Amino acid sequence: MSARAKIIALHGGLLVLLFVLQFILPAYHHGNLARIMVLASYAVGYNILFGYTGLLSLGHALFFAAGMYGMGLGIQHLGLTVAPAMLAGVIAGAVVSGALALLALRTAGVAFMIVTLMFAQAGYLTVLYFGEYTRGDEGFVIQQAQRMLWGIDLSDPTNRYFAALMLFALCLIVSLWLVRHPFGKTLIAIRENEERVRMLGYNIYTHKLIAMVVSGTISATAGAAYGLLFGYAGASFASVQYSIFPLLWVLLGGAGTVLGPFIGTLFMFYLIDLSSGITTAYMLIAGVVLVLLTLFAPQGLAGELRNRIWRWLP
Amino acid sequence: MTILSTQELSRHFDGLQAVRNVSLGIPAGQVRALIGPNGAGKTTLVGMISGRIPPSSGRVHFDGADITALPAHVRIRRGMAYTFQITSVFERLPAQENVTLAARRHLKAPEVDSATLEALERVGLLELRDQEAGDLAYGHQRLLEIAMGLVQRPRLLILDEPTQGLTDSEIAGFKKLVRELAGKTTILLIEHNMNVVMEVADQVTVLNFGEVLAEGTPDDIRADRAVQAAYLGTG
Repeated sequence: MSARAKIIALHGGLLVLLFVLQFILPAYHHGNLARIMVLASYAVGYNILFGYTGLLSLGHALFFAAGMYGMGLGIQHLGLTVAPAMLAGVIAGAVVSGALALLALRTAGVAFMIVTLMFAQAGYLTVLYFGEYTRGDEGFVIQQAQRMLWGIDLSDPTNRYFAALMLFALCLIVSLWLVRHPFGKTLIAIRENEERVRMLGYNIYTHKLIAMVVSGTISATAGAAYGLLFGYAGASFASVQYSIFPLLWVLLGGAGTVLGPFIGTLFMFYLIDLSSGITTAYMLIAGVVLVLLTLFAPQGLAGELRNRIWRWLP
Repeated sequence: MTILSTQELSRHFDGLQAVRNVSLGIPAGQVRALIGPNGAGKTTLVGMISGRIPPSSGRVHFDGADITALPAHVRIRRGMAYTFQITSVFERLPAQENVTLAARRHLKAPEVDSATLEALERVGLLELRDQEAGDLAYGHQRLLEIAMGLVQRPRLLILDEPTQGLTDSEIAGFKKLVRELAGKTTILLIEHNMNVVMEVADQVTVLNFGEVLAEGTPDDIRADRAVQAAYLGTG
């Protein structure tokens, strides 16, 4: 089998499996998986900047929240229906990530991390400041009646699962296409050796800028979908915690692999879920497992898979 | 026609004057060697020509235009290619992908694959094309650097110590390659191996303490007493 056929079989296989699981899983895990697929889409977006371009952002919650509030405020205050509200969320993410990219890409390394972190914190405080509209920490519920897309009730678990699957499939395919496209290969080369890419005649700044907008827009799409599918928008999604999550998911799953974000999100979600069933000190168990993984699988789960068995894994 | 010229190009790093008032003119198609003792300012000079290092003063002209203010990637787009003194390949990417990245920025999409394979063939790395660049022997990585320069079909090819670490037979192959390019491509070659310089260069420029010490044909340079004293020793 050619590498291309293997790649299609593996990634297509995962999507088919997720489709089939819909009919098998008990309600609890069914709901979890829908949530995981949306969060994994967020991680896919993060991975494009961190895993493939080599830029460590600590501010992606800003993009996730831009999507969520772009959608949620549109529904709540402008009376938008679902489709235009989603679009508003996506556009908000593209604009915010483009603006932050213009500023943050003037820096590199640790300074880039700090600048993205600071702007995300400013975004979080902005959400709190305009509490009259955003309802701050408390957030606001998006009612069932407001979550009807072309006559389909997105609050229904089955519909929600399919919507989440479609979002995840879209993000996965975009990500797969991007990293096999010449543009994506140039991003990988920038990650590996930026100065060499510059001296081959590429404009590094433009490439990073586009990568950040693509990454931010995917993250915002996930944020908008999360608010819509689970019916709630709140300031906690703009907090620093939601900037760290995608970093953890991607690191665990394998930075710079297309499947890594999903594997990492799934793993982390169930790690916390299962350990909190055993003890109230579940973060201790989660922490120990994370330390072990960092020690023994520094490339992440999919990264180790690529190093050891599947060299062709994109 | 002069394809590359510098006027009074200087660069100092704090107190250290690395390059002082260097004016060069290289006619199109010439193979120009740049020699000089370690620390003479050779890499700084080509860094200013290629745009990696901004000059403290002076101008650079390429192909009839003043390029002093242009960033490196624009200069490369205009037909310069630069190979690094310290091997700087993409270690975790296959050799072929290294060359493809270099080709893609300069050639039309349908040409990229054939040009990549041709460049790999010319430096003798065709069979090793699927290996990760970091797994190649040091000499092969040097050749890969050269292939990445060649594939861009540059009008000016800057080679910074290309034969360092190559075996004798690889050096012979390199000399043959330069002779094939001579006349079509202008080459600026920083080189320590005097045999290579004497055999392939049309003109030689000698730098010493950041200044041009002498300029002339390889035979002139060999006979120049000041150069002998500064650099070649008595041999």
